[in-house]
Formats: sequence, structure tokens, C-alpha cells
Amino acid sequence: MTNEDIKQYISGIVPDTVYDETGEWLNANIPPQSWKQLAQALRNSPFSFDYLFCLTCVDWKTHLTMVYHLSSTANRQLTVVVKAKLDRNNPEIDTVSDIWRTAEFHEREVFEMFGVQFKGHPDLRKLILPDDFEGYPMRKDFEDPVNMIRL
Amino acid sequence: MYSETQILKEASAGDIDGGELVINVGPQHPATHGVLHLVITLQGETIKKIEPHLGYIHRSIEKMCESLSYRQFIYVTSRMDYLSAHINNHACALCVEKGLQVEVPPRAKVIRVLMDELTRIASHELWLGAMAMDLGAFTPFFYAFREREAINEIMEETCGARLTMNYMVPGGVMFDLHPNFQKKVKAFITQFKKKVVEFDDLVTNNIIFQNRMKGIGVLSKEDAISYGCTGPVARASGVHCDIRKIYPYEIYDQLEFDEITESAGDSFARYMVRVREMHQSAKIIEQLIDNIPEGDYQAKTKAVLKLPKGEFYSRVETARGELGVYIVSEGGTTPYRIKFRSPGFSNLSALDHIARGGKIGDLMATMGTLDLVIPDIDR
Repeated sequence: MTNEDIKQYISGIVPDTVYDETGEWLNANIPPQSWKQLAQALRNSPFSFDYLFCLTCVDWKTHLTMVYHLSSTANRQLTVVVKAKLDRNNPEIDTVSDIWRTAEFHEREVFEMFGVQFKGHPDLRKLILPDDFEGYPMRKDFEDPVNMIRL
Repeated sequence: MYSETQILKEASAGDIDGGELVINVGPQHPATHGVLHLVITLQGETIKKIEPHLGYIHRSIEKMCESLSYRQFIYVTSRMDYLSAHINNHACALCVEKGLQVEVPPRAKVIRVLMDELTRIASHELWLGAMAMDLGAFTPFFYAFREREAINEIMEETCGARLTMNYMVPGGVMFDLHPNFQKKVKAFITQFKKKVVEFDDLVTNNIIFQNRMKGIGVLSKEDAISYGCTGPVARASGVHCDIRKIYPYEIYDQLEFDEITESAGDSFARYMVRVREMHQSAKIIEQLIDNIPEGDYQAKTKAVLKLPKGEFYSRVETARGELGVYIVSEGGTTPYRIKFRSPGFSNLSALDHIARGGKIGDLMATMGTLDLVIPDIDR
């Protein structure tokens, strides 16, 4: 099973996927609305992507990008990186915590650090930051009024 | 974070006879080995729910790294999982080297692996002593620390520090080995092999200990994968996840060692995996200690490192599991975004699942064998 097979499979579910193979792994850029459907399919596909080993978000100042690193415990060489571009003012994407349970904690972390709303998450609360913390500290334009040292 | 009034309110919401009772374990609790706060809902003595509250030592290392250069950010990562400081540094150095496409000299590779394995033994020794202490046995702690002290002394001589060594740099290691290194490591290995059997008499074959561990905190193979558990926690459930075997880095593919797995998935299996892993680490050290190649200990790199535009991911097997370093570079001297996929964070997320339905007294056995290091979870 090669990258071509994975590409064919993903395109069958989300036709307007844009691929990027310049890096180490196959990158699939998808519209955020299709993520839940694709996640479900990838998990149950013949590739069996059962291991979500990294879930994070990158702030590109104009938009946010969710990054999901998927692999399979049956075939460790299979890896795909799924990326979804989100609107910075109203970032919203479906949760995948029911598909990979590790996503529950990782999504809570992304929620408090970047302000991404995960639709359908069972318990979307702050995990690391204090409850009364305001702002999204991992965003590029965040300024801490108390501890920031400006050079 | 929970305010004090909130905690009091929740705690008094349940009455003791028949109803649910909410108690707080931590943030300061001897069994959490750090500042971890668990809000536990109990029915009698049975655990209904565990809610971890994190962040008591959150330093936002990821944000900090965004303003540090590729040489500087490695030092901060020693403070994540301070018991595997070498291995954290190793992961970062590998990621930067991947971006720069630097070839590390063979001597540096061997030194790195030796240091990693010594760290692994030291980390497992500390875990063993601390976990036995959680269960009420005080003596193993002193036995374990005797061995760990020998490793710390070796580290101090070569790296100049006992805990946060900062010895790995992009391109190799910071200094050459201390002249005493080989002699001392050999002496340590001889001593370790003689003394490690004491743990079997003291802990492993102890019937009280076994009764407290067997069948407690069972994690199935499917759940281990779904929760993203790695390291000894997942291997005790039968998942083949040793990064040294499945994605070999440095010279691990040329070494002879076994990936330790168990199938039971309970606390005793996790205990056995770690104990057997120490023997494998000793085996790796024995293979390498007489075969350290001569040559440079550091590749020539530029004074100011600039990673090309793109994304880089590297992973290593720390004492606790898979540590992933994800760097997004814009071509500058500092990373645009860094994510540390820390093993402790994912392993902790399974705690609620495996402790539910168990007794509060068994929670310490479960938590002890998950081997949580709080700075690694909070980052």
C-alpha cells in the first residue's frame, strides 16, 4: 500500500483534497466540513489508521490549521497527515474523540490554547490553564498583560 | 483551575452514606510525584470518575521555544521529562539534524545511544523505588537509589550535570567523554547485574506485592492504541510500539536487544515490562562500551542554524514512551511552531478509563505503574 493508494482512497471520499508530498509524509489538505466523515472512513479503511499520534494546531496569522498525524499499528510505515484550514475568527471543526480517544485531551488543549471549538466534544473545558484565563496564549498575537517582556 | 469554594461545594455535594463523594487527590500528594490534581468521584470505595486537573507547572515550553534559536530550545526540553532529559534532547537534536541534513559522526551516535540507555536505567530505577514506596515498601527505594546514584555520577563527570544534562546538541554531543567513562560504566554494569536480582527477591516475588498488582488497572490492547498510550504502558498490553525497533534511529538497527511485551495489561505487566527493559538496556550498553569508535564527537555546523521552510517530525523512545517533536519552520532562525507530543500526556488520558470501577486503594498501584512525570504532562 503506497501513498498513491491512500490518495485514491481519500479522493474517493473528499474529492476536493489538495495533496502535498514535499515533506516526509503525504499531506492531505481537506475542507474542515469533511473531516469527520474522512476520519471515520480512514479509521475503518483497509489501511486501518487506528493510531492518532499527534494532534495540534498552527496559527498562520490569517487562518488556523489543524494538523492530524495518523498511523496504523498494523503497518507502521503507513502515515498520513491530514490538515484542515479554519477561519481564525470562528474556528470550528468536528471532534474525533469518539474515533480516537486520545483526541479528547489533545482537543481540550487545542481548545484552550488556540480557541478552536470542537463540535460534539463530550467535555470541552480548559485542561491546563486556570478557568478564568482570558485569551488564547498559543496564538501569535497573544500578549500577556502581566508576564510579557517586550524586547 | 478549581477555586477553593468550588472544591468545597463539590465535596459536600455528596453525602457519605450511599451517595457519591468527591475527593481531591493532590495537587500536593505523595503518590502523584509532582503537582497533579485529581478530582475523584467515589461511591463508597469504588471509583466512579477521575478528572485530572493539569497545569500547576505549565510553563508553555512550546510558546517559549518559538522565541529561542535552534541551538537554545533544546535546553528547555530537558525540563519536560526531567528523568529522560538526555532522550528529550536527543529527539530535538534529531529533528534539527533532519532539517539541516547533517550527518552525525559515528562516535557521537554511539555516545548518544549509551547515554540514552543509561538514562533509561536511571529512570526505571527511580520509578521502581518510588512505586514500591507508594505501595508502602520503603526499603526498595534505597536499593534503587544506590544504583541510580552510580549513573548520576557518571553523568556528572561527562556532562557536568546530574539531571538536566543538555549534552546533546545538533550535530553530535557537546563534549567528548570523560576519560573515566568506560571504566565507570563497566563497573556500574557489573554491579547492576549483581544487584538487580535483589529486586526480584524484594519486590517481584513478594506475594503481598503481587496481590496488589495483578489484575489491577487493566488496559486492553485496543484501548491502549485508541488512547495513544506508548512505552511500557502500551507494551504491557501487547502493543508493539518500541520506536527503537519500528523506526530505528541512530544505530539501534545494528544492536541486539528485544522489545519487551506482555499481554495481561495490568499493573503487574507494566511493572514486569520496565524491570525486563532495564536488562535490555544493560545488554545494549555492554555491546557498545568496548566499541566506541574514534573520531569526532560533533559534526561541523554553522554558528547560526537555519532550518529550511517546511515541517519536520522526529520521534524517540523515552523511558515513558514515544516523544514526538514537530517543528514548523518558516526558514528563519527560530521555529515558527513547535509541538511536543509527550508520552505522559497520552498515558494520563487513559487513567480515568482504567481506574474506573476499581477501589481507591488500588489507584496508587495504577498511577504508580503509569509512571507519570508531571512536567512532561504539563510542558
